[in-house]
Amino acid sequence: MTRRRRRQLFEKEISACSIFGAMDRSGERFRGDGVIKAIANMHVRGNGLGGGFAAYGIYPRYQDYYAFHIMFTGPNMEVKKDAKRVTDAFLAEGFDVVHDEEIPYDDQTRVRDPPLAWRYFVTPNKKGEEAKLPDEDYIVSKVMWVNTRIDNAYVFSSGKNMGVFKGVGFPEEIAEYFMLDRLYEGYIWTAHGRFPTNTQAWWGGAHPFGLLDWTVVHNGEISSYGTNRRYLEMFGYSCTLQTDTEVITYAVDLLMRRQKLPISVVSKILSPPIWNSIDKMSDRERKLATTLRMVYGPLLMNGPFTIIIAHEGEMIGLTDRIRLRPLTAATRGDMLYLSSEEASIRLISPELDEVWTPNGGEPVVGQLNCRKLV
Amino acid sequence: MKSFLSPEFQVIRDMGRCDQCRGCERQCSFGTHGYIEALDVMTSDDSKCSGCQRCVIFCPKNALVIRPTQSSYRPNAVWSREKLDDLKKQAETGGVILTGCGSDKPMRIYWDHLLLNASQVTNPSIDPLREPMELRTFLGQKPDAISLGEDGVDITTEVGPNICLESPILFSAMSYGAISYNAFKSLAMAACNFGTFFNSGEGGLPKDLREEFGRCAVVQVASGRYGIDAEYLNCAAAVEIKVGQGAKPGIGGHLPAEKVSHLVAETRMIPEGTDAISPAPHHDIYSIEDLSMLINALKEATNYQKPISVKIAAVHNFAAIASGIVRAGADIIAIDGLRGGTGAAPKTIRDNVGIPIELAIASVDQRLRDEGIRNRCSLVAAGGIRCSADVIKAIALGADATYIGTAALVAMGCTLCQKCYTGKCNWGICTQDPRLAGRVNPHIASRRLANLLRAWSMEIKEMLGGMGINAIESLRGNRDHLRGVGLYEWELDVLGVKGAGE
Repeated sequence: MTRRRRRQLFEKEISACSIFGAMDRSGERFRGDGVIKAIANMHVRGNGLGGGFAAYGIYPRYQDYYAFHIMFTGPNMEVKKDAKRVTDAFLAEGFDVVHDEEIPYDDQTRVRDPPLAWRYFVTPNKKGEEAKLPDEDYIVSKVMWVNTRIDNAYVFSSGKNMGVFKGVGFPEEIAEYFMLDRLYEGYIWTAHGRFPTNTQAWWGGAHPFGLLDWTVVHNGEISSYGTNRRYLEMFGYSCTLQTDTEVITYAVDLLMRRQKLPISVVSKILSPPIWNSIDKMSDRERKLATTLRMVYGPLLMNGPFTIIIAHEGEMIGLTDRIRLRPLTAATRGDMLYLSSEEASIRLISPELDEVWTPNGGEPVVGQLNCRKLV
Repeated sequence: MKSFLSPEFQVIRDMGRCDQCRGCERQCSFGTHGYIEALDVMTSDDSKCSGCQRCVIFCPKNALVIRPTQSSYRPNAVWSREKLDDLKKQAETGGVILTGCGSDKPMRIYWDHLLLNASQVTNPSIDPLREPMELRTFLGQKPDAISLGEDGVDITTEVGPNICLESPILFSAMSYGAISYNAFKSLAMAACNFGTFFNSGEGGLPKDLREEFGRCAVVQVASGRYGIDAEYLNCAAAVEIKVGQGAKPGIGGHLPAEKVSHLVAETRMIPEGTDAISPAPHHDIYSIEDLSMLINALKEATNYQKPISVKIAAVHNFAAIASGIVRAGADIIAIDGLRGGTGAAPKTIRDNVGIPIELAIASVDQRLRDEGIRNRCSLVAAGGIRCSADVIKAIALGADATYIGTAALVAMGCTLCQKCYTGKCNWGICTQDPRLAGRVNPHIASRRLANLLRAWSMEIKEMLGGMGINAIESLRGNRDHLRGVGLYEWELDVLGVKGAGE
């Protein structure tokens, strides 16, 4: 006899935030100090319960290996080390670990109760049934396994030549803790300051949220969360964090990585045009827009949001279709900036070539060696 | 044999107001009212009254009150008046007790135990008077993914046929034969005007309605196979295989010979004045693979241009059945719950067979998701949808759209007197008597129906906006926006919703 399926009693996290992104489209790598300064300027948009950064191009030495950032949490070091032992055994089973070390931190900072954060540079060692899986699907399934099956262990970064650094605190404190201004150089930096309205902040719940080399920072609350989550579950994503950002990340992974749809189409899925506009389009475009809404309706992200999505070589800003959360975009030479507030951009780059407020549902895309903005 | 039944209703006539116009006598097809010419006085026979209130509404002098009778058996919690009367009826007739409309028994109505969410502070509610609020809904199979041609505009994936509704509400199956031509046409007109669909039921589609209203018809193929030919299937927007009906799962239908008029006979392709009896099962569907063959036969017959729906009653293990139906190739599954209506059904079946639609929708949606096939079909919930809040809750539980039957009939005048099976409907809805049927004017009745759809749609928009959602697809299966009150743990589990405050 099958047991009755119990209803889920999770608390969805609700938060508002500041977000910032900077990209050097020439691929030139730069230190994180400017981005830290910019996100710190939006201090009041967060409340110290979550901050984080994603940086691309930071591990050139290990660029061919997946860089896992894993946090081990628990009330004391013993518990954290237990979680690490279990995780180490699990990784040894499915991967070749070429290098691992504790992520360097500055213990003089005010950050409270940090987890044990470790990084592993790995390459898949696929066996048996799983040998047929593409590397990326293999990584996703292993990450999902750690996050759902191993107590107190959480993979918060799993891409190549990039890394996520996040935790409980203001973003500038997290930056200080991980010494981001001194240790790393990247060509894309995204940053996030968080204002959750519930107090159960934990390090894994901070942004950016990442899967493979895809990261998302997000400001908003998705009222379609239940619909989005249940749709993604059908494609094998388990939403363990109960945050909106997680569903956006998985949606992006499904659409862009697995289904290989371009951002111009993905933006029409996440923030589709309204029917009134669709009905006025030319035949071909109307057919596309109608079909997208028909087929991908469950991935429409409803409610207020601004997101900055990044992955190797690309940074994308997008708002919900009626633009209920702020986003400002600006360029200066090869630099592209995305921010909740223009002031933060001006703070680190007073002179700008162009500054604009993108329309709702209209993506701003920055690509390496490509000055064309969509 | 002297009948021991006591009248259910009492006719109270204010003699001071009544001016003997005999209007009530003409209104009542059951012969409740009479007139004694010699005395110039109106009379009434309580035992014939169905309580339909037709005479009350149409009395020009407001001289009538019809109310449940005051006389009563000795009150008894076990042997209720209804039980006693049924026993007497059977003792006097030796027959199955027939009834019409959906079950009126006080089974738990889950809609009334579910509460909706609204936005406060952390995200803005959306004002439907100022912002777009979208209810457009597509029913049919959806692929898991689409792929695009090189220019990124042309779609290379083949997407199956879908029908497009401007609001997630369709008119439920009510056949011509069960209901009058005028009532049937009113539903068709309202559906077309509003941008939704009506369902022909199992009695065919009159030829003169095909050209104008076929585009907004879902035509049924039921076990009696009435009125089915290639033109019937192809003039419609979608085809529905009727396997079961919520009011009478597991049994067929019986349209008595008296209701088989010339036009009904022509539409159903049966001899005039003969009983139209639909078998309980489809005699070519004794198993799921048979259903699959019929689905494919209908797809062939309609050149793969129309979604094929399968309508089943919500019975105990319907979730597994529904999964089989999806795999058999259906594009839409309509599920009719315990409280679904009927023109005629044995009362014992109506009141005792099936399960409530709320539980059915929740568990079938979850089941199809667990199996990863939820996109492969749309779900339409039917049976006891009374108001816009029921519609929106059905969608939040996982339905794509809802069928309304009883609510539409009420909009046309029905008062749920449950005498549909007599063919004597005083409101002109459930009858083939031309004198009675003429009481429904399709122009007026279709306006009433379209008004109802409009009013519900506006209310749905208000509720959606309150939740901070501006497109109905973002509420579909979004049970986070529902909370239960006064429900047991197991019920919350089946519904997949948290208790209020949880």
